[in-house]
Amino acid sequence: MTTEKFDLDYAPALESTAVVNIAKQYGLFVNGEFVKARGDKTFATINPATEAHLANVAEASKADVNKAVKAARHAYETYWRDMPGKQRARYLYRIARQLQERAREFAVLETLDGGKPITESRDFDLPQAAAHFFYHAGWADKLDYAFPGRKVTSHGVVGQITPWNFPMMMAAWKLAPALATGNTVVFKPAETTPLTALLLAEVLQDVDLPPGVVNIVTGAGATGQALVDHPDVDKLAFTGSTGVGKMIQRAAAARRLPLTLELGGKAAHIVFDDAAIDQAVEGVVKGIFFNQGHVCCAGSRLLVQESIAEMFIEKLKRRVDLLRVGNPLDKNTDVGAINSAAQLGRIADLVKVGVSEGAEIYQPKCSLNKKGFWFAPTIFTGVQQSHRIAQEEIFGPVLSVQTFRTADEAVQKANNTPFGLSAGVWTEKGSKILWMADLLNAGVVWANTYNQFDPASPFGGYKESGFGREGGMQGLSAYVRTDTGGRS
Amino acid sequence: MACITDKPLSLATSVDQVALEARAKSLTTRSIKTTSKRAALHLSIRCMDLTTLEGADTPGKVASLCQKATRPDPTNLDVPPVAAVCVYPEMVDYAVAATAGTGVKVASVAGAFPSGLSRLSIRLDDIADAVARGAHEIDIVLNRSAFLTGDYNLVMDEVAAAKEACGEAHLKVILETGELGGYDQIRRASMLSMHAGADFIKTSTGKIPKASTLPVVLCMAEAIRDHADATGEIIGLKAAGGIRTAKQAWHYLVVIGETLGTDWLTPDLFRLGASSLLNDVLQQLGKLDTGRYSGPDYVTVD
Repeated sequence: MTTEKFDLDYAPALESTAVVNIAKQYGLFVNGEFVKARGDKTFATINPATEAHLANVAEASKADVNKAVKAARHAYETYWRDMPGKQRARYLYRIARQLQERAREFAVLETLDGGKPITESRDFDLPQAAAHFFYHAGWADKLDYAFPGRKVTSHGVVGQITPWNFPMMMAAWKLAPALATGNTVVFKPAETTPLTALLLAEVLQDVDLPPGVVNIVTGAGATGQALVDHPDVDKLAFTGSTGVGKMIQRAAAARRLPLTLELGGKAAHIVFDDAAIDQAVEGVVKGIFFNQGHVCCAGSRLLVQESIAEMFIEKLKRRVDLLRVGNPLDKNTDVGAINSAAQLGRIADLVKVGVSEGAEIYQPKCSLNKKGFWFAPTIFTGVQQSHRIAQEEIFGPVLSVQTFRTADEAVQKANNTPFGLSAGVWTEKGSKILWMADLLNAGVVWANTYNQFDPASPFGGYKESGFGREGGMQGLSAYVRTDTGGRS
Repeated sequence: MACITDKPLSLATSVDQVALEARAKSLTTRSIKTTSKRAALHLSIRCMDLTTLEGADTPGKVASLCQKATRPDPTNLDVPPVAAVCVYPEMVDYAVAATAGTGVKVASVAGAFPSGLSRLSIRLDDIADAVARGAHEIDIVLNRSAFLTGDYNLVMDEVAAAKEACGEAHLKVILETGELGGYDQIRRASMLSMHAGADFIKTSTGKIPKASTLPVVLCMAEAIRDHADATGEIIGLKAAGGIRTAKQAWHYLVVIGETLGTDWLTPDLFRLGASSLLNDVLQQLGKLDTGRYSGPDYVTVD
C-alpha cells in the first residue's frame, strides 16, 4: 500500500511561461510605433526571483520624450479631442476585452518582470486592469451626466508616471480615465517593470488606437524628469514615493499644472477586542503581506487592543508560519520576490533599525533562495510610536505591532503619521465602524476587510500620501476641465 | 452531566461572514498536482465515511457497500479501505458482520436521526442499541429546537447524556449547520458540543439541501482550534453532505491542513461523509495512473 503523505508541502504547480514571448530588445512606443531611443540607449530588465536577464529596454532621453509629447499633441488635435465619446469608448472596450483575452499572457509577464505571485497577477492585477478600462469606457460618452450643468473638456496632453508594484493595474488606473475624457498620454512605467506596459502597446496597436494617443516612454528618473519638465504637457499624474512626489509638485506648482499624486502610506490596521478574531488575523496578514508589502496602502501598522493582544499576536505568528515564500510562478506561492536589489536593501536597512530600536522581531522559518531578491515575512512586536518602523514606510513584508487601550488612543496613534492613505478597522460593532471612519485621517477606511478595490470607488490619500482620487467620478474629474458653460 | 459555565459561550465570539467566505475561497486556489494529488486522493479515501442512509436500505445493500468500503478498487489493491461505513441502527449488525477483521469501522446514526425530535430517553435508547449492536461510532444530531430557542443548557446536557450512552463508542455531533442560521450560530453550536463531550463535530445530516460547505467547515475548524488552545482537547471534524467530487474533497483537506495543521489530516480527526464521492476519487486515481479518465462503468456502482 502506498504511504505518500498529504501535507502542506504541495508538489510544485508551476504556471507555464510558454504563453509569453519576450523580445530581446524593446523600443519606445511613440506615435503608434516602436522606435529606438536616441543613441540607441537601453537598460536591462531582470526577473527579480532569479536575477535572470529578461530584455533590454530603450531608455528615453529628453529628445525622445519631446518626440512623444509632440506625437501626443498631434494626436490630441487631429483625432482624439474631437472624437465623439461613443467612439472613444469603443477603443476602451476593445482594450479591456483584449486584456481579458490575453490575461494569462499579461499575468505571467507581470510575475516574471516584477516578482509577484502568479495567483495575484492572475486574480487581482489583470482583472482589475480590465475592469478599469471597462468602467471608464462606460463614462466616455456620459461625461455631461457625470458633471451636470457643466461643460466638460479635456486637458490635452497628460504626462503619467507609475511605480513598479502594480505595473499593469497602475497603467490601467492612469490610462483609462485619461483616454475616456479625451486626453492623449505620454506614459512612463517604472524602470524595473516596463514589460507589461510594452505588451499593452501591442494591444493598443491591435485595437487600432490612433497613433500618438498613447505613447510609452521607458526609462528611469531622468526620463520621468524630462516628462515632468516638458513645457507642452497639460496635466501630470504620478503614483510613487513621497520624495519624488514632492519634486513633481514643485515643478507643477511653478507652471500651475493640474496634478494628482498618489504617494506613500503607513496605514494603521486597528483590531478591537470585539472583532471577529480569526477573520481579523486573516485580514491583517493579507493587509501587509499582499504583494510582498509593496503596496502604498499596506496595513503596515497593526494596532491591536491590549486586552486581546497576546492571543492575537500568537494567532498572527501561527498564520504567518504558513505563508509560502518562493517561486512566484508556483500557483501555491503566497509571498513572492522583492522587486529589486535596491528595494531589498531599503527593507533590510529599516528592519535593522527596528531591531536596534529594541522592537522584538519574529520571522517564520522559511528557506529563501540564494539567487534573486527575497525577504522573509517579518513581524515586529513591542513597537512604540516613536520607533522609526512605526513612522516610516518600509514598502516590504514587515508588520509593526502596537497596542492601544481605548478607541481614542487608537485614533490618535493611527493619525499620528505624516501619511493618510488608508486604514482598516475590525469590530463587529457597526456604529463603532462609522465613527472610527469619521475620525481616521485616511482616504480609504476599510471595515472588516482590507485591500478591496473597485473602479467605481475613489482611491487616494491625505497629507503626504498625496491628493486627487483615482476611480469613480472623483477620479474622472481629475482628467477634465469643468466650467459652467456660461450658465452659472 | 456537563458542568454549565459561561466558558463555552465566552469562546463563541463573532464570525465575519464575508471575510470567512473569502478565506475559504482563497484556499480553493491551492493547486494540488502530481504526488500531492495522489496523496490527497488516498487520504480522502482513508478519511471517508462511506454512507447509505435510506429508508430503503437492506442487508443486501449494506453488504454491497461494505465490500466497496473494504476494497474500493478490486483491480488496484494499493487503494486503501475507507475509514468507516455509516448506516442506520437497524443495519449495524450486517455492517459489523461484513466488515469484521477489515479495520473498517461501523458508524451508526442514532438519536432520532435526522430531526432529533423525540423524547430524550428514546434517543438515548437508540444510541445504546446501536452501540450494543457493535457500532464503533455514533452520529447524533444536535437538538436544534433547543438551540434555536436559546436553551443552551439543555443542548449541552443532551450531548453529555449522549456521550455517556455511547460508552466506548466515539460520539459525532451533527450540528446541521444549514438550519442554524449563520456562522455565529455555527461557531456557538460547535463550542457547546465540544464542551459537552463530543469527540467529533459534524456539519450535516445530508437530509436537507443546505449541506456541508467549505466556509462552514472553516468556521468549525477555527472553533476546534480555539477549543484546543483553551482546553488542550483535540476534537475531530466531519464534513458531510453534498461532497461529490475529488476536487471538493481535497479542498476540504487543504482547509483542515491550513487551519488546524497536518496533525488533523488523519481518519482519527477528520472524516468526509459521502455516498457518491468514492467513485469520483477512484476515477481521478485512474487518471493519474493511466492519463485517461475512465467511463463511469469502469468503477462499480454499489
